[in-house]
Amino acid sequence: MLLEIDDLHVSFRMERGALVHAVRGVSLQVPADRTVALVGESGSGKSVTAMSILNLLPDNAQRRGRVLFEGRDLLQAAPRELRALRGRAIACVFQEPMTSLNPVFPVGRQIAEPLVRHLGLSRREALARAEHLLEEVGLPEPRRRLHAYPHELSGGQQQRVMIAMALACEPRLLIADEPTTALDVTVQRQILELLARLKERHRMSMLFISHDLGVVGEIADEVVVMRHGQVRERGPVQRIFAAPQDAYTQALLACRPSIEAPPVRLAVVDDHVARRVHETRARPKDPHAPVVLEVQALCKGFRFRQGLWGRREFQAVQGVSFRLRRGHTLGVVGESGSGKTTMGLALLRLHGPASGPVSGSARLHGPDGAVDLLQLGEAQWLPMRRRVQIVFQNPYASLNPRFTVGQTLVEPMQIHRIGATRAEREARARRLLEKVGLDAAAMHKYPHEFSGGQRQRIAIARCLALEPEVLVLDEAVSALDVSVQAQVLSLLKDLQDELGLAYVFISHDLAVVRFMADEVLVMKDGRVVEQGPVEAVLSAPREDYTRRLLAAIPGRAGRRGSARAD
Amino acid sequence: MSTAADTPVSMPPARSPGVWQLAWRRFRADRVGMVSLVVVLAFFVMIALAALGWIAGDWQAEVGEPYAPPSWLGAPPAQAPAQALPVPQGPPVDLSDVDPLAPRYAEWAERTAQVASHEPPRARTLPLGGDRLGRDVLAKAIKGAQVSILVGVLAAVVATAIGTLLGALGGYFGGKVGDFLEWVYNVFTSIPGILLIFAFAAVLGRGVDTVVWILGLTGWTGVYRQMRAEFIKHAVREYVRAAQAIGAGRWSRMFRHILPNVSHVVLVQLSLLVVGFIKAEVILSYLGLGVPVDQVSWGTMLGEAQNEMLLGHWWQLAAATAFMAVFVTAFSLLTDALRDALDPRLRGLE
Repeated sequence: MLLEIDDLHVSFRMERGALVHAVRGVSLQVPADRTVALVGESGSGKSVTAMSILNLLPDNAQRRGRVLFEGRDLLQAAPRELRALRGRAIACVFQEPMTSLNPVFPVGRQIAEPLVRHLGLSRREALARAEHLLEEVGLPEPRRRLHAYPHELSGGQQQRVMIAMALACEPRLLIADEPTTALDVTVQRQILELLARLKERHRMSMLFISHDLGVVGEIADEVVVMRHGQVRERGPVQRIFAAPQDAYTQALLACRPSIEAPPVRLAVVDDHVARRVHETRARPKDPHAPVVLEVQALCKGFRFRQGLWGRREFQAVQGVSFRLRRGHTLGVVGESGSGKTTMGLALLRLHGPASGPVSGSARLHGPDGAVDLLQLGEAQWLPMRRRVQIVFQNPYASLNPRFTVGQTLVEPMQIHRIGATRAEREARARRLLEKVGLDAAAMHKYPHEFSGGQRQRIAIARCLALEPEVLVLDEAVSALDVSVQAQVLSLLKDLQDELGLAYVFISHDLAVVRFMADEVLVMKDGRVVEQGPVEAVLSAPREDYTRRLLAAIPGRAGRRGSARAD
Repeated sequence: MSTAADTPVSMPPARSPGVWQLAWRRFRADRVGMVSLVVVLAFFVMIALAALGWIAGDWQAEVGEPYAPPSWLGAPPAQAPAQALPVPQGPPVDLSDVDPLAPRYAEWAERTAQVASHEPPRARTLPLGGDRLGRDVLAKAIKGAQVSILVGVLAAVVATAIGTLLGALGGYFGGKVGDFLEWVYNVFTSIPGILLIFAFAAVLGRGVDTVVWILGLTGWTGVYRQMRAEFIKHAVREYVRAAQAIGAGRWSRMFRHILPNVSHVVLVQLSLLVVGFIKAEVILSYLGLGVPVDQVSWGTMLGEAQNEMLLGHWWQLAAATAFMAVFVTAFSLLTDALRDALDPRLRGLE
């Protein structure tokens, strides 16, 4: 047994002596030459467990139990012993490659450093080895890349560099903490394949931490499911997926929408654990519902200064056209940089006028004729703000931290003079909170007291305060845990049924789009490459790019059990 | 400072602790910060009493002997009476030959005897010693604290207000407005600070209010730079975008949404400026460009001390220095503690 964790407890001392127990009695084994995945939602203690192996935790952490690495107890090891192990016998790859690399040194130097320190190579030998490593992790032109700075590389390339650094000293155990979470699906697939290949070749073990069961199904031999600092279930990957024993594992598998057969409703973890069943009836969509938003040849460019006087223009969105009917959802998918967010922001004119030109038309149809959103002046926009609203990706950033929830909800009503008195507005705010599934007592709390999913509900309530017709959802569930994602998606569906909202649903996650959308736009480099009803496009894609996106979805290949043996 | 404060919520008191309350809780746990807060508050109470005239109102009174030493040093040894002049040897001379007024001396002496004159007894020692005129150094230091700290705080408020407003405009709007403000900023920072202060002083003349304006008008650049950076950063944050999406106007976004979120930076800058401006006032007054002669500040005290030091009378220098050192140190530590308590990273925001 390479690594054996036995009854590990980790707690954090907080202000005023309070103790927070993050990990409560976790035991797991990593055999030599195997990949063990640690799965759980945020707050499950999976990262804390992994970080406590090498004691990479903050100073206020207390650890208890045993962590045996090749028979040596790392909890008792002296700091010097641990330093000798770090990077040499046990290496780590973290989630954010952008922040894990030092921005002021070229990557070659950063790879060479552990070689010089741990293996005692000369600088020239170390650089030669670094070049070889970069080649091994599949970076084109490795010799030139040695002298590149981190910002000159894309996210996927940066993660490859991080992996090269981790491999530099031929570790026996690689700890990978959500190594693909910050990456696009297609890049994620490449990195997963790379990790699997390297693990085979170097005969090392891997402790792979992820929140995504789909990813885990592709790479792991064994799976450990954690929740609230405890292990809920462990077993070989096939058994976990085929016959999960624990209610929580079953719920995790159930609340992820499947791309092949999207459910009418998503299961929610707590319901599932409590074995509650919701009625599952789909309300048929009216294919002849009135069109509310009609966009034609929408283009949006950005201007950059170049040199002293020069200006350069960059077209972020080019010629996007679509029609959105009342009560329908348009999914917009694409990789990062494809212009899908820019398109959403351009619809609401949330870019400053100085940022670049907008052309085309976006006609909002109403009872008193159509209005072209792109032609309106600043003053004429105000009434339109009531009709088109947006929910942003990051629920931690989209609420003003200095406003109570009540202030946040009352502000739009004040601006648009909805409700006559303050009391009336507050009563309305309370009803909105109930509508999105929050307690009315939340009115007097501040955003930092809520979890991500609750904050996203507040953001949705703020939009609903204006009774919009069109809601742009810009990656609105991407930052949320799987189970919370399911709750918010269900809420959005319910609201759509109840209020007849039309959604522009922007997401990189095809399975979620498949679940939510009626029609879909596939965007690449600012252009629409494919467009049509969601079943047609995603089950029989015509474009190569769409096919690549679909093939990269983790979990599909894994559960078929084919692509892993390369 | 916070514009959110003007939207009171008439609600039951179930309101959860806000960001400020949490900061106060963290601050209370900081022992150094609490001690410095107590020291600073004590100074402010002292200033308030001095401003009301309850203490040190009579700092101009010449209550002691010139250069009376501090009490704990004890009175100086009584000076030996001036040595008697050697007895003149020459023949007596009628003074009226030399001094035409001599015949009237007796008449004047007679008239003086009719007027009651009262010379209060002068103290041989004073608590912290006396100055050239026998004024109490302790009273001067207290009264000087009032002027120095008032100048420091007011000038810091002026500079912070200017810097915040211009920084907000430059950072939020960018473009031509930003370019223009950057140009103004560059002009101001390209002139050596002390030269700029002299130039303003020469134009505006002397006086406490002048010193406030001089320091305020020259000291805003640091605040401007910081606030501009903060506003550039926050203007593209999602909560500001969300405010724009619900139709909040520009000014509302700038001052209702962004400003409360960067107010901790403003507060820390303000307190740093207070310390800097107290020192600047001292330098200005020392150079004779500061407060007028009929007022006292720590700077004028130090200016006087220069001559006294030659005579070995060090107590005025010591008193002014000690007062200033205690206040400035306490204020700096308070600022440090404030910054720790208000650090937004601890709020889980960033």
